[in-house]
Amino acid sequence: MSETITLEVLRYHPETDSEPHFQRYVVPYRDDWVVLDALNHIKDNLDATLSYRWSCHMAVCGSCGMTINGEPKLSCHSFLRDYRGKVVRVEPLDHFPIERDLVIVMDSFMEKLGSVKPWLIPKVEKPLSAGEYLQSPGQMQVFHQYTQCINCLLCYAACPQIGLNEDFVGPAALALAHRYNLDSRDGGRDARAEVVASNEGIWECTFVGACSEVCPKHVDPAAAIQQTKISASVGWLKDLLTPGAHR
Amino acid sequence: MSRRPYIRKVERNWWIRQPRYISYMIRELTSLFVGLYCALLAVGLVRLAQGPAAWDGFVAAFSSPLGVTFQLACLAFAIYHSVTWFALTPKAMPLRMKGEPVPGIVIVGAHYAAWAVVSIVVLIGAGM
Repeated sequence: MSETITLEVLRYHPETDSEPHFQRYVVPYRDDWVVLDALNHIKDNLDATLSYRWSCHMAVCGSCGMTINGEPKLSCHSFLRDYRGKVVRVEPLDHFPIERDLVIVMDSFMEKLGSVKPWLIPKVEKPLSAGEYLQSPGQMQVFHQYTQCINCLLCYAACPQIGLNEDFVGPAALALAHRYNLDSRDGGRDARAEVVASNEGIWECTFVGACSEVCPKHVDPAAAIQQTKISASVGWLKDLLTPGAHR
Repeated sequence: MSRRPYIRKVERNWWIRQPRYISYMIRELTSLFVGLYCALLAVGLVRLAQGPAAWDGFVAAFSSPLGVTFQLACLAFAIYHSVTWFALTPKAMPLRMKGEPVPGIVIVGAHYAAWAVVSIVVLIGAGM
């Protein structure tokens, strides 16, 4: 008989369930399968009612974030061979409401993301005819790592502060704000500060650092937030000493 | 189809679920001892201002076995707090020189060097 592996999947159907419960599935074990392959096997062969998000199967789209054996992970990036001989427990990402099975409600994140204005706000608007906003490779290197975020929300699931205060803007949104603040073409720091430097922004972060540890794209949101704390403090001090002068 | 999102509550023992959360909580706990020691130093200043008898009483309390044990505990926690903070400084204060990032080890090393210099200055000052 060929080898199998057991998945314990958190199920929740709002039409029938008052609360979530675990359901066990036994699937074929294959060295080159990831957890997402096992879920697809369940969906296609064992239980078509299982709901979960996925798209690219190559750690680019950020859709398939789940809690796998207690750790926030992309299910397309988690090989079954790393769980061989164990039960694989698959749950939705922590700190988000469960819409259905492994599907979370991410509306709060989308609002937070928009609130930090994660787009280029040029220092001086110029017409298209004036050409591009130029930038050297060195200037780009300063913020490049923060452009790698795929909004997979693993960092929100890992961050205990998000669990304790749902209003905390959170790692990915603050890291993206930092990305634009660091951009030599950008002049939007003050426009973002109202949210970024608020109590629910950078100051809610206590530097647990879990966000950076779980990031599948090696972005370092914890670093971004601490750097923003320093620049916000320096800005506040400058404002105090020379009101309005540094703007 | 009806929407009825299920909200999971954060359990009170969330911080024992992962080793990384436990390390974080230990680090937070060390702050308490660092703060307590600072508060006791402030008390010492007040006792000093109250005159020689008050100051001698404060020194005697600090020199008692309980006082020494407390200070050793504070020292251990302060060292843990400082070492873990220094390890994090390259994240909080990344430096660039001539367009290139300064290696983390240099930033951490600079903090240890500054710590050593300040400690030597304080010890020399205390010996005078």
